[in-house]
Amino acid sequence: MTSWQNNRAARDARVAAGAGIARGKVVEAHDVTRLLEAVIRPGDRVCLEGDNQKQADLLSRALLAVDLSKVNDLHMVQSGVVLPEHLDLFDRGVAKRLDYAYSGPQSARIARMLFGGKIELGAVHTYLELFARYFIDLTPHVALIAAVSADREGNLYTGPNTEDTPTVVEATAFKDGVVIAQVNEIVDTVPRVDIPADRVHFIVKANKPFFVEPLFTRDPAAITEGQILTAMLAIKGVYAPYGVQRLNHGIGFSTAAIELLLPTFGERLGLKGTIASHFALNPHPALIPAIESGWVRQIHSFGSEVGMDDYIRARSDVYFTGSDGSLRSNRAFCQTAGLYACDMFIGSTLQIDLQGNSSTVTTSRIAGFGGAPNMGADARGRRHPSEPWLKAGAEADPDGSALMRRGRKLVVQIGETFGDKNVPLFVEKLDAIELAEKLKLDLAPVMIYGDDVTHIITEEGVANLLLCRTAQEREQAIRGVAGYTDVGRRRDYGMVSRLRERGVIRRPEDLGINPLDADRSLLAARSIKDLVRWSGGLYAPPSKFRNW
Amino acid sequence: MEDLNFQHQVRARADGTRQRAIVGVVASGNLEVLVERSLPDAECVVDIKTAATGFGAVWSAVIGDFVERYSPGGLKFSINDGGARPDTVSLRLAQAVRLIAEAGQ
Repeated sequence: MTSWQNNRAARDARVAAGAGIARGKVVEAHDVTRLLEAVIRPGDRVCLEGDNQKQADLLSRALLAVDLSKVNDLHMVQSGVVLPEHLDLFDRGVAKRLDYAYSGPQSARIARMLFGGKIELGAVHTYLELFARYFIDLTPHVALIAAVSADREGNLYTGPNTEDTPTVVEATAFKDGVVIAQVNEIVDTVPRVDIPADRVHFIVKANKPFFVEPLFTRDPAAITEGQILTAMLAIKGVYAPYGVQRLNHGIGFSTAAIELLLPTFGERLGLKGTIASHFALNPHPALIPAIESGWVRQIHSFGSEVGMDDYIRARSDVYFTGSDGSLRSNRAFCQTAGLYACDMFIGSTLQIDLQGNSSTVTTSRIAGFGGAPNMGADARGRRHPSEPWLKAGAEADPDGSALMRRGRKLVVQIGETFGDKNVPLFVEKLDAIELAEKLKLDLAPVMIYGDDVTHIITEEGVANLLLCRTAQEREQAIRGVAGYTDVGRRRDYGMVSRLRERGVIRRPEDLGINPLDADRSLLAARSIKDLVRWSGGLYAPPSKFRNW
Repeated sequence: MEDLNFQHQVRARADGTRQRAIVGVVASGNLEVLVERSLPDAECVVDIKTAATGFGAVWSAVIGDFVERYSPGGLKFSINDGGARPDTVSLRLAQAVRLIAEAGQ
C-alpha cells in the first residue's frame, strides 16, 4: 500500500534520534555537533540562519565539526553567506551546493571558491526570491536558527532582529523539517513569542550572544560635499516634484546625506509633510534628526540596528514593536512592503552601463543581491494608484490612455561619478558580464535592470530616463550625468544640451542649486555624537563609532 | 607623483581685490588649492602636483570646463592633490574663486 506520510515519519525519526542527546528540547552546547550528526542526513537541504545581520554562529561552528562519514554533501539554502564558517563548510566537504542571496564580507572568497569549483552554485537570489523558493523547490530539511531567548517548551523570542526567522521556520516546520534554535538564554517566560514552541524541536543555549553586525550605521563625519550636493539634487529634483512619501533608502552615504538634509534643506524648501513620511527601512541612526523633527510617520524594518533598541522602544509611534515594547522586524514582509507599497527606491551601486543596468559585482567579488532588486524593481502586479506612481507612468507614456496606463515605481540610482580610489561609476560594459562568461552562468548578475531605472543622480545632475524616447537618448542622458569618466567625456555634446532643454537632464543650476552651497553645515548631524544628542541619549552607538 | 601645468587665455579678469586665498586640505581624496592674483588679466595658470598618475586627460577636461565657466583671469592656481575625485577638484577650484573674489588684501 502507498504511504503518503513518509516525510513525517522521516522527520519523527530524526527528532527521535536527536532526543537521546537532549533533555526535553534542551541540548547542551558541547553536544550540538552530536545532535546535528543525529538529525541531518547526507545531501539534506539545510538552512543555516545567516541573515543580513543576525548569525547562528554557534550552530555554524558545530556543523563545521561534524563527522564527514555521517554528514556530507549538504545543499545550503540560506540568505546570507556572511561568516567564514559558512564557506569553510564547503572547503571541508560538509556542504557541496549553495543557493543564497547575499555574501557581503565573504564576497571575494566566495568568488574564488566558485572559480575553484569548491562550490556548486544553484543561483544567487534576491531575498524574496529565495524565501519564495523555500516554499516551492528549496524547502529545508533542517533549519538552524538564532533567537535571543527560549522557554523550556521552545517558545522563542527573537528580539529586534527577527529578520528571516519566521519565514525559515514556516517553510521548515510545516513541511516535515526539523528546527534547531541557538538562544542566548533559556528563561521561564519569554518577553514575547516570535516563534511558537510547536515549530521548534531543539534549543541550545549558546555561551555568548549571537553575532549581529551594525550594517546600517553611517558616520555623518564621513559625508562629503559631493554627497551633500547629490542629496540636494535628489530632494529638489526627484522627491519634491513627485511628492514621494512612501519609500526605501539604500544604505550608502548618499542616502544618509538625504536623511540628514531633510530637517535642514528640506525644511527650508517647505517640504515637510509632503515627502519622506513612510519608510520600508532598517532603523538607520541617520534618520533620527528627521524623526525628531516630525518628518517621519512610520517605518517598517527588515531587521534592526545595533544601538537603536532604546530609541525604537521610546518611539513606538514610528516603529513596529511587540507587546514587550521592542522592535519586531520581518525581512519577508518588509521586502514585500518595499516592492508593493513604496513609490520609490533610491540607492547607490558600483557600476552603471550605457543602458542603465547596474551591478555591484566586480570580477573578483560576488556580493550577491540582498534586497535591492526587489526594492529597485517595478512591481508588475501592483494595482493601487498613487500620485508619484501615476506621474512616473505618465512621463514614460504620455500618449497612453490614463485609465489603462500602468504607473511606474521610481527607481533612482544615486552616486558620485567616481567612487573609491577614483574608480568610475559608469562603464561601457559591466564586470558582471565578464564574470558570467568566466563562470559559465546562464545570467549575468545584474542588480537592477536598466528598464527599471527611472532616474540617475550624480553631482553633475539628474537624468530622468522616463522622458527618453529612444535607446540613443537614454545613452546620452546617462553619459550626460557621467561627469569626467570616460563614458561622460565621450558624450554627444549637442544631444546632451538638447536633452537638457527638454528637462531630461537637469543641472544643479537648473534646479536653483549652487554647488558652492553644498556644505557640511547643512547636515542636521555632523557626527555620531550629534545623533546621540538628537536622540536625547537613547541611541547607544557601538564602540567602533565612538570617538569621545 | 605627477606634475601638470595648464595655461589658458581668459576673456575676463576675476572679481575682487584679495591677493591670495587657500581652500581645502592635502589629504587622501582631497586637495589644497592656493590661488594668487599674480598674472595679467587675460591669463590663467594652473600648476598641479598630484599623487595619482595617468589622469592628465581628466585634469585637462576639468580645468578647461572650470576656466570656461568662471573666467578666472589674472589668477594662478597651485594645487597639491591627494588623489581627489574630479568633482572635488571642480568644487575646490570654484571655492577658491569665490574666496578670492571677496574684498580684502
